Amino acid sequence: MPSADLRPLALRFARLGRVEAILRTMAIARKEVRQLRRDRLTFGMIVGLPVLQLLLFGYAINQDVRHLRAGVADLSGTQRARILVQDAQATQVVEIVKHARSAAELEALLREGAISVGLLVPPDFERRVESGARAPAQLLVDGSDPIVLAASRGIIELPVRPRSPAARASSPTFEVRAYYNPERRSQVQIVPGLMGVILTMTMVLFTAVAIVRERERGNLELLINTPVRTPELMVGKILPYMAIGMVQVTLILLVGRWLFDVPIRGSLVDVYVAGLVFVTTSLTLGLFISTLAATQVQAFQITFFTFLPQILLSGFMFPFDGMPRAAQWIAEVFPLTHFVRITRGILLRAATLSEVRAEVWPLLAFLAVAMAASIARFRKRLD
Amino acid sequence: MSELAIEARGLTRRFGDLVAVDHIDLSIRRAQIYGFLGPNGSGKTTTIRMLCGLLRPSAGEARVLDARIPRDANKLRRKIGYMTQRFSLYEELTVRENLDFMGEIYSLPPARRRRRVDALLEEFHLERPDHRAGALSGGQRQRLALAASLIHEPELLFLDEPTSAVDPQNRREFWESLFALVDRGTTILVSTHYMDEAERCHALAILDDGRLVAEGAPRDLEARIGAVVLEVETEEMRGARAALADMHGLWSVAQLGARLHALIDPAVADPAAAVRAALSQSGVEARVEVAEASLEDVFVAATTERST
Repeated sequence: MPSADLRPLALRFARLGRVEAILRTMAIARKEVRQLRRDRLTFGMIVGLPVLQLLLFGYAINQDVRHLRAGVADLSGTQRARILVQDAQATQVVEIVKHARSAAELEALLREGAISVGLLVPPDFERRVESGARAPAQLLVDGSDPIVLAASRGIIELPVRPRSPAARASSPTFEVRAYYNPERRSQVQIVPGLMGVILTMTMVLFTAVAIVRERERGNLELLINTPVRTPELMVGKILPYMAIGMVQVTLILLVGRWLFDVPIRGSLVDVYVAGLVFVTTSLTLGLFISTLAATQVQAFQITFFTFLPQILLSGFMFPFDGMPRAAQWIAEVFPLTHFVRITRGILLRAATLSEVRAEVWPLLAFLAVAMAASIARFRKRLD
Repeated sequence: MSELAIEARGLTRRFGDLVAVDHIDLSIRRAQIYGFLGPNGSGKTTTIRMLCGLLRPSAGEARVLDARIPRDANKLRRKIGYMTQRFSLYEELTVRENLDFMGEIYSLPPARRRRRVDALLEEFHLERPDHRAGALSGGQRQRLALAASLIHEPELLFLDEPTSAVDPQNRREFWESLFALVDRGTTILVSTHYMDEAERCHALAILDDGRLVAEGAPRDLEARIGAVVLEVETEEMRGARAALADMHGLWSVAQLGARLHALIDPAVADPAAAVRAALSQSGVEARVEVAEASLEDVFVAATTERST
């Protein structure tokens, strides 16, 4: 039977083909590294840009906020407590999206990032109201987000109805417990989000010009005439920048720690894994831009066009919860939105990667779509 | 295996309304240097790109090394080499790194790649393998580009105006290397707008405005030129030019030192007599003789014939 004889041979060829594909990919990557090493401007971008931005951005941006996602754990079950929750909802500062049955459950929701504010009504709520000695309820606040912390102040003075005669007029209803950033320092809140902003800026730009540059310099005309395949070219181009992205992550973590005392409460491995996913996603977005642009200048323009909405809508600068619904939908598409949430979660709330996995999937989906679109758009032809 | 390296029928490429290549037929034999001679914009590069599979033809078909283009273009990649008009290697990489890179892209095993790179460095006198390609002179760059296109020992080599940025001495040496390749069985398709280069080809096609207007060996083309070539020797160059300018049946007149080369429509009954008459009418004294056609005359005749 001839097919039986041919099969091992065909298999060997297939294996050989795969090895060749890997070798070609590595050849592209090696070439890219050599080019990078000899380009001083690029080197400046790798180290200079992140440090400069960290220093520039190291200050807070505060904004008024409404509709913070909130969770409620009403452990008293009294009418006063129900009215209090309704009143809190009516202020529009919080929007109750989750109900928890215990304080621990509420804390877990906070850590996952499902809510940014937790209203905890203790079992002895009635007694506390009557005695008026201390704040009867607690407000658990995600202090890793500067805006949430500021906005939540709007409800701590909410009066309890019906009033207890013993209650002093001055005592607040809620006792605020700021989680994850007890000192409420703005740099602690800014730097984790800034990591995503810096990575987006450099990574997208790197690859956005990468293929256009080869086209402009004529390299592409030569390359497409060789056996190199499109996916090999794409992956080979991305690989060196993935390593550079990891260098930048390290740089940002170190500078954040030295200059701003930004903690790394979660696992460092999780930070790097999430960083790698985000870096790759950004690089792929850059590649896609590269297939759209005809010149390097155009690539720059398109890249900046994608920066602005990402930075404005990601929740880094303005609170996500305060944005109109349509803007939120758009923001959910952007990789930066998810990465800002991931880094705040891991660095400040000590969340694990699996706890924030809901934010990782959209990144991977974006990566897959952008890569497929880049490969589809890039043709090994000139027409 | 076909005796022809390249075979094309009615090859056409349009860019919008512009017809860059207009129904070209080609039959290019193996182990030859075949030239595309034509001015800028005549369709040389577009034709080469179609034959490499980089551009899809709008109409017509082509077989290159028995592979159908553009369908089987990928199979062809390892068998053809392509030296682009512009220097297209990486300027930031050194000479050796560029050659190594090309070797890796063509999946040469490391040992063979090293042998090939060393051999090419030697053969093309690339004496400074550690210099960056961007710092090389025109001649060195062009030798490097040729060496890179040969790394995988292709059967067929496309050279698109390879010598446009090179001095005459380097051009001579370059052509010596091409002949050495042909001796080893390589087929070469080279485009040029230099007459002396076209003259060196085994066969050539004259392209004008996307059309193939003449084809054959340089000698044959000169022998069967579709015009009468007259040489006019005179003291009064300006007067003679003016006298001939309005002459009926004159295709072109070009000055070569103290002589004029006039191409006359073969339909003119006695061209020498007609030229003499035109000159004496203007009172210009001159000696008029029928001359051998040069390739330039062939080129001028071929490109004029169509437009008249």
